Amino acid sequence: MNQHRRRFVAGFLAVPVTLYTVYVLSPCAQALVIALTDWRGVNAVPRFVGADNFRRLLGDEVFLRAAGHNLLLLALVPPLTIGLALLFAWLLTGDGAAGRTGGGAVRGAGFYRVVFFFPQVLAVVLVAVLFRQILRPDRSGMLNGPLTALGFEPVGPLAETRLALWAVLFVLVWQAVGFYVVLFSAAIVSIPRELFEAAAIDGARGGRLFLRITLPLLRDTVQAGWVYLGVAALDVFAVVWVMTAEQGGPDHSTTVMAAEVYRNAFHYSRFGYACAMGVVLFALTTGFAVLVLRLTRRERIEFR
Amino acid sequence: MTVTVRHERVIVNSPSLPSGWRAGRRTGWRGVSRRELLRGALAGLGPLALSSCAFPVGGAPPTSTAGAPRLDEDGPLEIWIFDGGLGDDYARTIHEPLVAARFPRLRISHNATKEISRTLQPRFVGGDPPEVVDDSGAGAMDLGALVQDGQLTDLTPLYDAPSWDDPSVTVRETVDPMAIELGGYGGRPYVMNYTNTVWGIWYSRPLFEARGWRPPRTWARFLDLCEEIRRSGMAPFTYAGTHPQYIYEPILTLAAKIGGRRVLTDIDNLAEGAWQAEPVRRAAAAFAEIGARHLLEGTAGLDHVQTQIAQNRGLVAMLPCGSWLENEQRGSAPDGFGYAMFPLPDFGPSDAMPYGTLHAQPGEEYIVPARSANPGAGLEYLRAMLSRRAAGRFTEAVSTLTVVRGAADGLRLEPGLESARAALAAAGGNVVTFMFRRWYSELHDEVAAASGQLMSGAISADRWAERAQRKADALRADPSVRKFTR
Repeated sequence: MNQHRRRFVAGFLAVPVTLYTVYVLSPCAQALVIALTDWRGVNAVPRFVGADNFRRLLGDEVFLRAAGHNLLLLALVPPLTIGLALLFAWLLTGDGAAGRTGGGAVRGAGFYRVVFFFPQVLAVVLVAVLFRQILRPDRSGMLNGPLTALGFEPVGPLAETRLALWAVLFVLVWQAVGFYVVLFSAAIVSIPRELFEAAAIDGARGGRLFLRITLPLLRDTVQAGWVYLGVAALDVFAVVWVMTAEQGGPDHSTTVMAAEVYRNAFHYSRFGYACAMGVVLFALTTGFAVLVLRLTRRERIEFR
Repeated sequence: MTVTVRHERVIVNSPSLPSGWRAGRRTGWRGVSRRELLRGALAGLGPLALSSCAFPVGGAPPTSTAGAPRLDEDGPLEIWIFDGGLGDDYARTIHEPLVAARFPRLRISHNATKEISRTLQPRFVGGDPPEVVDDSGAGAMDLGALVQDGQLTDLTPLYDAPSWDDPSVTVRETVDPMAIELGGYGGRPYVMNYTNTVWGIWYSRPLFEARGWRPPRTWARFLDLCEEIRRSGMAPFTYAGTHPQYIYEPILTLAAKIGGRRVLTDIDNLAEGAWQAEPVRRAAAAFAEIGARHLLEGTAGLDHVQTQIAQNRGLVAMLPCGSWLENEQRGSAPDGFGYAMFPLPDFGPSDAMPYGTLHAQPGEEYIVPARSANPGAGLEYLRAMLSRRAAGRFTEAVSTLTVVRGAADGLRLEPGLESARAALAAAGGNVVTFMFRRWYSELHDEVAAASGQLMSGAISADRWAERAQRKADALRADPSVRKFTR
């Protein structure tokens, strides 16, 4: 790269890099430092406590439970979301040919795409408030209204320690699926029709066509989706904080790491400790993203 | 068609889901979600980034100065009011004119915010705080931390000063002593509690009269009443299930009634075995029985708004709450609902405290930052607030009792507030309170969580006490937690 060009590139990069440094990198670096102190948010001279905060994390039952919940969500949210989204996308686009012409494998595919996408348009907090009402355990909830009308006893998943996390999982998947339906639909449509035709001539049909042609060719898209969803599962916050009883309950049964960071910082004024949690969360999130990208890196197919 | 194969990495941007919403902090006993302000989506590491921006830039805390801060009559008086359930008009229309009339040259500036901490924390860190702060509501600042850092003015001169109305009595003599005690940290008053909240079991007086039900005076009668209400097809009892602090409140009040004030001071002082004391366990077991037999269906999953509306709609007869209830339900309660409250019934003949014992909690915390430009003016402002006239007008304006003794006597109050005022007057000195909720939020969270489980039958009263005790023990053993005693 010659001198002139280098200066040209630097000119373009100066502003974004400065902003990124000041507003992203520097707070992260500061958080690392604060994590080593007992700062309580207001005192001018925080005491340096070394790795105490991190040692304490290892014995913090609630935080360990929160981390466990995050890992469970990490294990379940991506496959469930992607699985459902693939299924719906496949149903909506068929062998790709139909989707391209505007129609779909099922009647009204366009309408369904809009319906599926709808949750994505709603603010996460709105979704959480909505589901708190839908799942309310008395007879007036949207879930229990019809149930009790049919003679069943009302259910209250959010009031049960054993069920609450599954309700959270359901809402997260419900909220995310629509976006991936649209994403995968678009990806399926971009697969050259000739491939499907060739496979069809060889006798592949339906599910086989999907498994042998569609899915392998969606690999890149699925991988990107997996990383997105994994990161989202690791730092889920709003749904838990707004929807669940006791903001992560009942009895800590739905709490997640981000909620504990918030609770310790802003409820308990343990900013130092909360920063230590934040550092752990940061390490897990970046670690996950790097790992997935490394593990699934391979040759990419491009159509011309 | 050509299929080209080449090496390339997929570039992934940060996730699009906003994951760090700044939610409101639970405060007081007032509604939680009512005050929750969901604003300003932060990035995944939001709290982290936010806190780091406010990282202090140095400056050691000032050493405590002897004597009262002087009032600079030409100086500034910057006032910050928490704009929550009480609004901020009361300060502008009642308190500020009072001070302005006596000190016309003071430069009074009125400010209101829903986010005290976010707005003012940087001012404290920067050494330029205002003269008066109403540190309440969602996102109030941690007072313990402020005291620890020498940021607050000692209010002893205020309480020793002559009262605003009558120079022959001191301010101290006009104020509920518990309010002064509770504003104390390490034996010195740093925080002025202004409002007085009274807790009890709330019901609709017209409904009770129509059905021939009477507020029970003994626990046995209370259980009978619950049975009777249930037979009538109504649920007897409920509480804000998703905020179980609403149920540990009557449990602890009952414990104090059974075992005396000491029960609650031991709990506040993190004394060994405080939670496992017999009166506490008996009170917990008593409410566990209510939980097992008399709760409104689905209580565990309903919040304060939903349960309070259920009461307004006649689905449930009684619920424990504080004296803000009537005001909060204005607009939801049908006309003529006729709120009234009764104190916890006698548990048994050996109760340490008599019938009528109440849990009352001074609240709405005002502070005078020590490093403000004119702390003397801040103290004068608080003195004006504690005048009889200001306190009475405050009660009328916002339907909330104050810590100024007798200031609400003879006022025309709503039935619920009048019922609370009468109960407080009848209780006399038999008023109890607890402070651990404010001092140790972690203990509060644990007790709340355990109380929810207790009421839904998932754990026994013994297990409940054990969990609370374990948390209290952990806090006592933790040197990083500042300890308070009373």
